[in-house]
Amino acid sequence: MSKKLLAGPYLVWMAGFIIIPLALIVYYGLTDRNGIFTIANVASIAEPEHVKALWLSLLLSLISTVVCLILAYPLAMILRNRGIGRGSFIVFIFILPMWMNFLLRTMAWQTLLEKNGVINGILSLLHLPNQNLINTAGAIILGMVYNFLPFMVLPIYNVLCKIDDDTINAARDLGANPVQTLLRIWFPLSVPGVISGITMVFVPALTTFVISNLLGGSKILLIGNVIEQEFTRGSNWHLGSGLSLVLMIFILISMAVIAKYDKNGEGSAF
Amino acid sequence: MSQPLIDLKNITKSFDGTVVLDDLNLSVAENTFVTLLGPSGCGKTTTLRIIGGFESADKGQVIFDGEDISKLPPNKRQLNTVFQKYALFSHMNIAENIAFGLKIKGKSKAYIQDKIKYALKLVNLDGYENRSVSSLSGGQQQRIAIARAIVNEPRVLLLDEPLGALDLKLRQDMQYELIRLKNELGITFIYVTHDQEEALTMSDTIVVMNQGYIQQMGTPEQIYNEPENAFVADFIGESNIVSGTMIRDELVEIFGARFACVDKGFGNNQPVDVVIRPEDIDLVDPIAGTLTGVCTHLIFKGVHYEMEVTTPDGFEWLVHSTDMCPVGKEVGIHVDPFDIQIMNKPASEDEEAVGVNE
Amino acid sequence: MSRLQRFLKRTWQDFYLVLILIFLYAPIATMMVLSFNSSKSRTQWGGFTLRWYMDMFSSRNIMAALHNTLLIAFLSALIATVIGVTACIAINSMKAVPKAIVMGITNIPMLNADIVTGISLMLAFIAFGISLGFQTILISHITFNIPYVILSVMPKLKQTSRSTYEAAMDLGAGPVYAFFKVVFPDILPGVLSGFLLAFTMSLDDFIITHFTKGAGINTLSTLIYSEVRRGIRPSMYALSTVIFLAVLLLLIITNFVPRRKEEK
Repeated sequence: MSKKLLAGPYLVWMAGFIIIPLALIVYYGLTDRNGIFTIANVASIAEPEHVKALWLSLLLSLISTVVCLILAYPLAMILRNRGIGRGSFIVFIFILPMWMNFLLRTMAWQTLLEKNGVINGILSLLHLPNQNLINTAGAIILGMVYNFLPFMVLPIYNVLCKIDDDTINAARDLGANPVQTLLRIWFPLSVPGVISGITMVFVPALTTFVISNLLGGSKILLIGNVIEQEFTRGSNWHLGSGLSLVLMIFILISMAVIAKYDKNGEGSAF
Repeated sequence: MSQPLIDLKNITKSFDGTVVLDDLNLSVAENTFVTLLGPSGCGKTTTLRIIGGFESADKGQVIFDGEDISKLPPNKRQLNTVFQKYALFSHMNIAENIAFGLKIKGKSKAYIQDKIKYALKLVNLDGYENRSVSSLSGGQQQRIAIARAIVNEPRVLLLDEPLGALDLKLRQDMQYELIRLKNELGITFIYVTHDQEEALTMSDTIVVMNQGYIQQMGTPEQIYNEPENAFVADFIGESNIVSGTMIRDELVEIFGARFACVDKGFGNNQPVDVVIRPEDIDLVDPIAGTLTGVCTHLIFKGVHYEMEVTTPDGFEWLVHSTDMCPVGKEVGIHVDPFDIQIMNKPASEDEEAVGVNE
Repeated sequence: MSRLQRFLKRTWQDFYLVLILIFLYAPIATMMVLSFNSSKSRTQWGGFTLRWYMDMFSSRNIMAALHNTLLIAFLSALIATVIGVTACIAINSMKAVPKAIVMGITNIPMLNADIVTGISLMLAFIAFGISLGFQTILISHITFNIPYVILSVMPKLKQTSRSTYEAAMDLGAGPVYAFFKVVFPDILPGVLSGFLLAFTMSLDDFIITHFTKGAGINTLSTLIYSEVRRGIRPSMYALSTVIFLAVLLLLIITNFVPRRKEEK
């Protein structure tokens, strides 16, 4: 019985700092300034500027996720097939940037892409015309890919490492050529890792406001920027909460997708 | 003998500087059950993987039906493998697993359906088509792995310790099953194991390997009754290996006592190794024995008693007998001439290893 | 496959690995180089200098933010570890349904978007009447750290067989003694990695801190954010270099030193 009492502090903590805060978002999201129930905050997602921000967020995060997947899969495959152990230094250096402060990583790209940044500096040294690199959708995608690539590599690599060499040998033995082996064995068996990687990239990319702020300038607004501004500039918490609720629905949908494909938690990254 | 189906010629293979196979030559005749037997690290699995195409030899050739297949990838070889840990495709059901090779070859749906039915019947798992891999026991998974391989009608089936993960009873059942399969299919089996009992039960030919060399190749009876060196004698079954002197043909001296034997051609007064199986030692009255000793150990094993008889020179003879001899009792040792196996003494470790390759 | 084909395949793979490495490390390397550049220009090398490092270490803002960051990371990891480990023991002895519910709620902060977690905590602090500052950052960090601790400890606790704990009790140990003498040593690796994971997560967090910090206090992340929005000063590059090397060192120690011991 005493063991159950140990749950006490955590249950209180959970109630106070997980459940009540989420309930508050729901409360704020569904009421107006006078505390009267309304769906106007949630419905405001349909306003043109919000639709535009959400659409752009979905588009950019989707593109980043696809690019991450295309870059990460061969990388994870090569690392696995080199037979280097999971804890080896080579694998480590591909994952390392993940632990570097997120803002510093973004700042690094700002340094490279700015008008008087490193890339334009090199271009002018070569007497080539300067390029408008920063404050574009491309810069935001680059920042997303750079920041989240390790989160795609790690779960895919982990799941590929769990595939037994003899399973691959068996496919070859039964007549499958390398391409058939990739499509019929490697890929289906690595689906849990791919799904896990996709959500680990897609969710933060969809909701970011930092990358768009630092690399997209003030002109490109993502849904994260809209929400952040509603809170930090103090304009309308009810509206911000309403939009957050919409965002959470998108996240819930993606979580339902993971739960469906990743029943055994095989693809978890940690 | 007709042309062998598989011919390994001068196969050499090393991993990270360690030689695993050294100039290995091996011929396998069509429609035989050949077992590669040896302790772990002897090179038996590497040999199998070279035949299967999962490893390539540093030197030498793999000849299959008169054709050099050394450079062919596994998917272009007319043989199939049953892996140690089954290696079933966990994302497919049983029918899809079995159909895999046939689908790759582009066979018709009806043909594939027929083959799945036939193969499941053959391994006694009819009706398992739609089961998932994880719902099957180890033994059932192994049967599916076999079914998946044989539907492709390979001319050779390679089996890499396929029963290693099963428990004793299941292993024995599967041994009989494999013999039956081989007879029904009429194809060549190359089987890798470290279990000498398995090898003796199933094989037409046993190839005993150690440290990358073939130690002896022969029928189970030859391997058991006429081991060619101390390694084989020691590895196959239990045995007493003692130093002796060949006085002349058909007479050997051990610890000062002379035993009649049936071996010839070792020369006179030559040092030799003598192998006597524990069950071939008869314990008799001290007066009737060629040697005498005292029983120092006694364990009841069910089928027989296991005893140790220590002779005055200090050697402990291992004896299996259905007759009991109490500890402390003096007994005589008698061995029939045809139960004594004489081997040349190796001049060095190396020679012991190469010896029988010549 | 012929030797040539294998050679080509390997070369192509090496090329790909190097390309990705360049992509990952070129930006970091650029910052490191610029941190020693005495010219403020990003393309002109004005000679080697340690000035930006001096600037950084003498900056009160940066040092205060560093102090806050480390203190919050340490305290939040420690408290999260204590709460997390006790929670694990309790959850482990729960029945299936309540266990599933608790684990489900535990996963929320990990799976939810940071921006939503940050906003929800901010709303809660304001509703509870807790003024935003050091304490709210700490509470927030503890909240998102607990799941990482539970995630690291739970598998170890499941592996630890019930019978060893029961054997200790059978031999006369009390439950608390039995836990610390028998169970705790078994789960210690999980507890340590949970602590380290929590520590790193706290160090790295920006979004949740951004919403819960209030005015007048900064962690390194929030400081960098406000600095960068005003234009990057070279002392930021010096800070990046120091942080990168510190993280590298920390990870090498935690990843490779314990493993060597196990190998022995």
